[in-house]
Amino acid sequence: MAKGKITIDREKCKGCELCVSVCPKQCIAISSGLNDKGYYPAEFSQGEEGDCCTACTLCALTCPDIAIEVYRG
Amino acid sequence: MAKQLMRGSHVLGEAAVRAGCRYYFGYPITPQNEVPEYMSGRLLQVGGTFVQAESELASINMVIGAAMAGARVMTSSSSPGVSLMQEGISYLAGLELPAVIANVVRGGPGLGNIAPAQSDYFQATRGGGHGDYRTIVLAPASCQELCDLTVKAFDLADKYRNPVMIMGDGMMGQMMEPVEFPEAIDLAELPAKDWTLTGAKERPSRVILSLLLNPKVLEDHNFKLVRKYDAVTREETDWEEYMLEDARQVVVAYGTAARIAKGAIKRVREMGLKVGLLRPKTLWPFPDKPLKDLTRVVRQLLVFEMSAGQMVEDVRLAVEGQAQVHLYGRPGGVIPTPDEVAHQISHYYYQAGLMDKDQQSGRLGGAA
Amino acid sequence: MKKIFEAPKSLKDNLFHYCPGCGHSIIHRLVAEVIDELGIQERTIGVPPAGCAVLAYNYFDVDTGEAPHGRALAVATGLKRVLKDHVVFTYQGDGDIAAIGTAESIHAANRGEKVTAIFVNNGTYGMTGGQMAPTTLPGMGSTTTPGGRDVVRDGSPLDLTQMLATAKGSVFLERVSVATPKEIRKAKKAIKKAFQVQLDGLGFALVEVLSPCPTNWKMAPVAAYEWTDKEMTKIFPVGVIKDITGYDKD
Repeated sequence: MAKGKITIDREKCKGCELCVSVCPKQCIAISSGLNDKGYYPAEFSQGEEGDCCTACTLCALTCPDIAIEVYRG
Repeated sequence: MAKQLMRGSHVLGEAAVRAGCRYYFGYPITPQNEVPEYMSGRLLQVGGTFVQAESELASINMVIGAAMAGARVMTSSSSPGVSLMQEGISYLAGLELPAVIANVVRGGPGLGNIAPAQSDYFQATRGGGHGDYRTIVLAPASCQELCDLTVKAFDLADKYRNPVMIMGDGMMGQMMEPVEFPEAIDLAELPAKDWTLTGAKERPSRVILSLLLNPKVLEDHNFKLVRKYDAVTREETDWEEYMLEDARQVVVAYGTAARIAKGAIKRVREMGLKVGLLRPKTLWPFPDKPLKDLTRVVRQLLVFEMSAGQMVEDVRLAVEGQAQVHLYGRPGGVIPTPDEVAHQISHYYYQAGLMDKDQQSGRLGGAA
Repeated sequence: MKKIFEAPKSLKDNLFHYCPGCGHSIIHRLVAEVIDELGIQERTIGVPPAGCAVLAYNYFDVDTGEAPHGRALAVATGLKRVLKDHVVFTYQGDGDIAAIGTAESIHAANRGEKVTAIFVNNGTYGMTGGQMAPTTLPGMGSTTTPGGRDVVRDGSPLDLTQMLATAKGSVFLERVSVATPKEIRKAKKAIKKAFQVQLDGLGFALVEVLSPCPTNWKMAPVAAYEWTDKEMTKIFPVGVIKDITGYDKD
């Protein structure tokens, strides 16, 4: 069971990859589909074990577009 | 109320305070240093705020801020400093902010001198900042009028949400005349402003801006300003008519030049010349209509300005070719005497053949 | 699960027009979070710059007044002198505050105007297409310095915040960056302190925030953030430049 999870608003994301670069567990990757603005947005995955995210919030802190919300449980 | 003997620069400040001005931001420049000096003490007395800014550029921008906050605010300067304020005046107009700016005009261009002049007419009425806007420009001709028009300036600024300029000159700033001041306004009785930046408490946040990137939107905004200026032209154009009833030649002059012209007209009237004066009290909006109406009976106009000739262009535009318009322009801070002006008046009067038959024997004022 | 990170209340829910990876909207978020935490949204007035952030009023949900380029601190002076109990902040780029607005910045600090200035330093004139800024680094490319900034031809970068330290009216000056999440956390603390200085009526406070401009630096965002962290800090080191608040005395 993951300690945390994030949601990424696809339409706010501009594909800058900052979140991808700061996530210490590599839970975020650039998706292969375009959003409406023509960017390849980031997308989140809990990974094969389903427990990637630790809710460290580093991604949300650095996201310029406030596209990420973080949950901790 | 008793009259007080006061110099023009102080009259300007006192009238502003009576009109509810509690904020002054300015910078020293001759010949209006007495204005910030007066305001620095007077505003302390009424709980207002005086800031000597680091430049006229900073001054006009502090005025912008205070106006956004809803205050009655003023600055003053003289010609070179007013040049620095042009950007700010354009912004005041575009942002639709009320403010009063007094220009105590001196000789120019460039550093010029500190003598009185009227060479900022173009700057005041034709921009001098960028964009399609107008500044309301008031031209007092006495210390009493300086008092009355200063009070009016604050009312006009608030009524139309526009900058208003008071055109003084170095002489008016220094001369002392008896003035009757009005009772001080009760600030609480001024109409409320529903557009100011006062903090978004219990209402949505507001923005005051002039940046409208969409050309259609900016065009609409400009046309809105045009409609505003049309209203100002309809309601606020002001002028004085002096001895026009039987005039065959009319002098057009404003401010200090008009005072001198009146002296000249009195002299030539004694010689039997039928001359009058039309004195614009608003330089913008300019009294086009009364001038044009005048040309039904008067075809000789003499524009007298303490400049190389700026208002003369508006006079020519106003009469639409229906009168001969001559110019007596003295730039550089020279103050002609009434005799010098009378000489010019009579010269053009005789040249145009305006005398009665029995006056044609001699010529006034010496050689042409 | 409990939501532990979301957009602050003092930001409008509009999509940011800024380029992918631009530091501006991070800084907007930090300022808005501070406004929320201090509970001052209803009495805050913002003065945006001319520059990419000229549209800041589309984002900050507070009363906002436009200023001519460089004049924000003079406009803020006028606002704060009238609205003494309100919170007035300016948000300015390097050109706005340290080129065209240099005199207004120095004198607002010198008078100790009780306002808060947020100075976004990205070493370029972003909105106008990447011309040299007062803070452009030597060798750094710009559209008006062929071959990169040459100190002999173009002068050296200007450290305005250091200059402001000599003004007795400036009470708190700190340089921070948004280059990494750790720096972002420190930046927020500095911004909050700068607003607290105003709330306590101590004097002039400014936070300079090193921020990347991926578009005009011609770098991908991740590389631009690294460059901010490693290279910009060589000329503009992060840290407190002046602090006479007395806040951390215990």
